[in-house]
Amino acid sequence: MSEREASGAGALDGARYEIVVGLEVHCELRTRTKLFCGCPNSFGDEPNTNICPVCLGLPGSLPVLNRQAVEYAMRIGEALHCQVRPSIFHRKNYFYPDMPKDYQVSQYDEPINVEGWLELPAGKRIGITRAHMEEDTGKSTHMGGAGRIGDATHSLVDYNRAGVPLVEIVSEPDIRSADEARAYVSELRAILVATGASDGKMEEGSLRVDANVSVRPAHSATFGTRCEIKNMNSLRSLGRAIDYEAARQVDVLQAGGRVVQETRHWNEDEGRTSSMRSKEEAYDYRYFPEPDLVPLVPDEAWRESARCALPPMPGERRRALAEAAGTDPASVALLVELDLDGLVVEAVAAGADARIALNRAANEVAADLEGARRLSPASFAKVVSMEAAAKLTATQAKQVLAALLAGESDDPEAIAARRGFEAMDTTALEIVIDEVIAANPEPWERFKGGDPKVAGLFVGQVMKRTKGKADGKAVTSILRERAGGG
Amino acid sequence: MPDSLSADDVRHVARLARLDVTDEEVELFAGQLAAVLDHASDIEALDTHEVPPTAHPLPLVNVLREDEVTPGVERDEVLAMAPAAEEGRFRVPRILGEAP
Repeated sequence: MSEREASGAGALDGARYEIVVGLEVHCELRTRTKLFCGCPNSFGDEPNTNICPVCLGLPGSLPVLNRQAVEYAMRIGEALHCQVRPSIFHRKNYFYPDMPKDYQVSQYDEPINVEGWLELPAGKRIGITRAHMEEDTGKSTHMGGAGRIGDATHSLVDYNRAGVPLVEIVSEPDIRSADEARAYVSELRAILVATGASDGKMEEGSLRVDANVSVRPAHSATFGTRCEIKNMNSLRSLGRAIDYEAARQVDVLQAGGRVVQETRHWNEDEGRTSSMRSKEEAYDYRYFPEPDLVPLVPDEAWRESARCALPPMPGERRRALAEAAGTDPASVALLVELDLDGLVVEAVAAGADARIALNRAANEVAADLEGARRLSPASFAKVVSMEAAAKLTATQAKQVLAALLAGESDDPEAIAARRGFEAMDTTALEIVIDEVIAANPEPWERFKGGDPKVAGLFVGQVMKRTKGKADGKAVTSILRERAGGG
Repeated sequence: MPDSLSADDVRHVARLARLDVTDEEVELFAGQLAAVLDHASDIEALDTHEVPPTAHPLPLVNVLREDEVTPGVERDEVLAMAPAAEEGRFRVPRILGEAP
């Protein structure tokens, strides 16, 4: 089967084919220690400094399960609306130097969390098949050649990561596009961070995504043959890899071929997937129950405490903000993602205008997230209210907000006073406007005749004379009044 | 349950365990493994549908430890036991395929 040309990966023929995606997300848990031993769980340390007989698989060592890892796994299960159940651990046997034991301890047919769902900001629900616990593997570096496995002369292995606790979250094949896949991972990441279980850092590998991708004729009820895509380390590469792979599969089908079920490797630089097939026969992991670990049976009290440990999830926060601000949840997703929803909800509760509060938060505050941390909801509410009451023009309100974000003061009125931002009363404004009209008789005739191009000239002149203190909207409205338009 | 095991079955299992077996050994192990399977298949004679699968022989659940760091081992001491080491890491021969 010929590979799709890297440059030829175009848009999928969406009218004739549908993309079907299921995602497997590996999430490293933010415990202090590894899953089965007391070695530090820490990224970026000197190689092989966080190792012990247990994670090295030395004879006579015995694993003991980390309570905090179980707690995090249960929180993830609860946050994804899963059934949290009794579970057992299995050994997944394989020969590869990234695990010194020659097996990885994982949960197989009795995982801790099953049958949940996640709701995307747009409202669609993606099914969660399972979210099970397992241990991470070591890190190998391929030496010689170009650092790639194929032309390496040997490899070096660091076992600091071997035994770090993971939860693997497997979705149902409910995802229908690259955009939806990105939205799913982004929402899942936000949930994982909210549970406290993960730092959500894809670039450090604490969140890793594999995608099962297939295509099928539009309106078909059965699934096509899927390929598993690995090695995507950002949301962007996830989207690119899915689009590339789907287009490749459509090419294969349209050429009269069959898609071969296999694992494929995403190459970010080349922008394509390639087969990872080796000469080895299909993997046979010979799973069997780990005899050194006993069943895990969380009682209702523990599950209840895991539920109680959860803060509001992003979906709930979007709904709360949307309700407070009188808008729809999808439109406030960014504010929740930036953790600015609390600010707006509190400001609105303190009487601030919802529309202005949303705007200022999404623009000025979002542009300075560092400064946002010292912005109190009360000060924010005050600026918004001053703008809503026309005590500040929009331009002035932005300047006061910038000063608050920069930490100049936490009193908006003091900041406004220091800058001489006094609201012009309407009478004073009308006098200035009349002066400008008198000074520009010819343009004024054109304005009255309905020429919109000269409006800017009048507003500009008024602003100049008032040194920017006039409210643009008020100026426009007085000009219209004077022009007799009513 | 089969009362014999094919030579191919034995070779497959040997390969998964990375064991190099001779033809004589394949024949020998086929008989021995079949005897083990036969023994295990005795249980099929019993009605076990109301007996839950046993995950562990000990009547224990939830053996847990607190999330506290305990001392590990000295890197140099461990690396000295390895066949080869380089740059603070275990050196292994060229790997023939990607991680499974």
